[in-house]
Amino acid sequence: MTVFFSQLINGLSLGSIYALIALGYSMVYGIILLLNFAHGDIIMVGAYASWVAMNQLGLGPVTAVCASIISCTLLGVIIEKIAYTPLRGAPRISLLITAIGVSFFLEYSAELVFGSGAKVIPAYFESKVFRIGSVNLSLTAIITLLVTVASMLVLTFLVQQTKLGKAMRAVSEDMDAARLMGINVNSTISFTFAVGSALAGIGSVLYCCSYPQATPTMGSMLGLKAFVAAVLGGIGSIPGAMIGGIAIGLCECFVSAIGLSAWKDAVTFAILIVVLLVKPTGFLGRKVQEKV
Amino acid sequence: MKKLISRRQFLAAAGVAAAASVLTACGSSSSSTAGSAAGSTAAAGSTIKVGVLAPLTGDVSNYGIAVANGAQLYLDQVNAAGGINGKQIEVITMDEQGDATQAVTCFTQMCDQGITGLIGDVTTGPTLAVVAESQDYNMPMVTASATAQAVTYDAETDTVYANVFRTTFTDPYQGVKMADYAYEKLGYRKAAVIFQKGADYNEGLAENVELEFAANGGEIVASESYSEGDVDFKTQLTTILGKAPEVVFCPNYYEDVGQILSQAADVGLDVPFLGGDGWDGVSDYATADQLDGCYFCANYAVGAAPEFESAYEEKYGESYPNGFAPLGYDAAVTLCYGLEAAEAAGLEAGTDEYKQAVIDGIKNGEIKGATGTFTFDDHNDPVKTAAILTFEAGAAVLKEQY
Repeated sequence: MTVFFSQLINGLSLGSIYALIALGYSMVYGIILLLNFAHGDIIMVGAYASWVAMNQLGLGPVTAVCASIISCTLLGVIIEKIAYTPLRGAPRISLLITAIGVSFFLEYSAELVFGSGAKVIPAYFESKVFRIGSVNLSLTAIITLLVTVASMLVLTFLVQQTKLGKAMRAVSEDMDAARLMGINVNSTISFTFAVGSALAGIGSVLYCCSYPQATPTMGSMLGLKAFVAAVLGGIGSIPGAMIGGIAIGLCECFVSAIGLSAWKDAVTFAILIVVLLVKPTGFLGRKVQEKV
Repeated sequence: MKKLISRRQFLAAAGVAAAASVLTACGSSSSSTAGSAAGSTAAAGSTIKVGVLAPLTGDVSNYGIAVANGAQLYLDQVNAAGGINGKQIEVITMDEQGDATQAVTCFTQMCDQGITGLIGDVTTGPTLAVVAESQDYNMPMVTASATAQAVTYDAETDTVYANVFRTTFTDPYQGVKMADYAYEKLGYRKAAVIFQKGADYNEGLAENVELEFAANGGEIVASESYSEGDVDFKTQLTTILGKAPEVVFCPNYYEDVGQILSQAADVGLDVPFLGGDGWDGVSDYATADQLDGCYFCANYAVGAAPEFESAYEEKYGESYPNGFAPLGYDAAVTLCYGLEAAEAAGLEAGTDEYKQAVIDGIKNGEIKGATGTFTFDDHNDPVKTAAILTFEAGAAVLKEQY
């Protein structure tokens, strides 16, 4: 039982990180129907930002966290402006291919600048392990869970209660109609990318708390897993991304826990296939009528 | 313009181009030949020719250069002390660029130049290719660093390549050493294993650790694996924690080891970890706290042979770059041991009897090298002590030879 609860905590903290990243996927997909495959690599850049701040410049952990989040946010907006905006009217497949191109560009640029070896990210805080009964609970896991829940609440408030959120929902509903209603579509899309990338920045900090190494390709598998989480939850849905992320995290942990660690990734992607076959809209996705 | 070139002219031009490319190829291979100056002044017939084959350029050149430098260091020492039986050793060094085809080409060239023994190759792939070729020549061959079993032994036909020796210990041997050390020296009785699945090195060590530890009378309470590229090990470590081992064997490479150690701290698994030579360099990837009480084994550790280290520094103006240098040194020691036996028998260098005498000499010899004193077993693998390293304030230090 002790081991079960410990594994539950492992699964929840891993799932939280997937959830934060899945949110970024989901928001961007919701607004311009783009699967932003560069999203995982933004996390990689965030991790390197922390490394540069703490290891190279000798700055404190708070500055490093800010550096990660700010550089992710800026990068997300810049990518959107340079790579995606010019293709607004192009077929969706062009956008998708561009996203893959951006992903490779980021990975190999990082390899060129930082080398292919792993960089160790210094600890942001001194980790402690609390014992509750016979279950070990690390400070890292607690912080990961709390930050994820807080990010979710802030995001829900932002989308549901603010004017910008209203504009985001309107653009996602019907871009042309929103433009006619006087909504600045371009800045709304940029804002969506900024929020999604900021979440990736937070995700990258949490990731580095648990797995303190940065490599140029760290984002690709992470991004794919988050993509599966977003699809599972219903792509385009914010609570769906959260549920999907946690579900994938728990699933991975329990597959490993029963001794099938080699099958972990296979199970994750089998879930993707099953969801696409059986219920393409995921847990909470809306059924979209194709416009004729 | 097109019509101005006739078919005949075109063929002629193509012929010239082809000939030129052949010439260039020859040029590049011979330019990679760096005949050493050592002993070149000695008259022909009074020298013993020895080949050194290593990747001196390319991806794995940092290993190749270390081996070649280490070997050259010993050969120069022998020459400076008057050579073997009064004969100077003439060294023919060639660069195989980390390529198996190139390695075979270099090897046959060396044979044409009359070598009577080979030090090399360095990495497993090219070494296997040269081993296959060397059978035709029955060429005595000592590799410093190729760890694959297949280098000296063909498991399919159950034959040992009698002419091939190595100075590094093999991967399985490390597993046995670590299991023995944990059981006998450190007194652990309950152990767990975490290793990367699908990788020869990790799986080989893990398997041998488990077998040996159990054979000693210890108990393996958990055996957990992960896949290449995994970064999350908390699940496996939590499972291990649930089985309450006294020690965890972690025969993986340093980057993964760093992740595993830091996540072990996170899940509250506070026991020592043990590993193999893949841990070399782990100090940059884990904190002093996490490394406290951990051990790993290696072929060589700083300070194990101070004379070698100072001689290397004196000759090359820098401290030895990695563990491949002392192994290269020992490969030269091994070959020279065999050469002495052949010389003592009064044979003529380069003949078949001479080569066989070198092989027999090595096979029955006891070699005193920089990485310790060793003999060779049935599979021509060295039987030797391993350097056991532990950590002081996060830095790897030699604990003892075991």
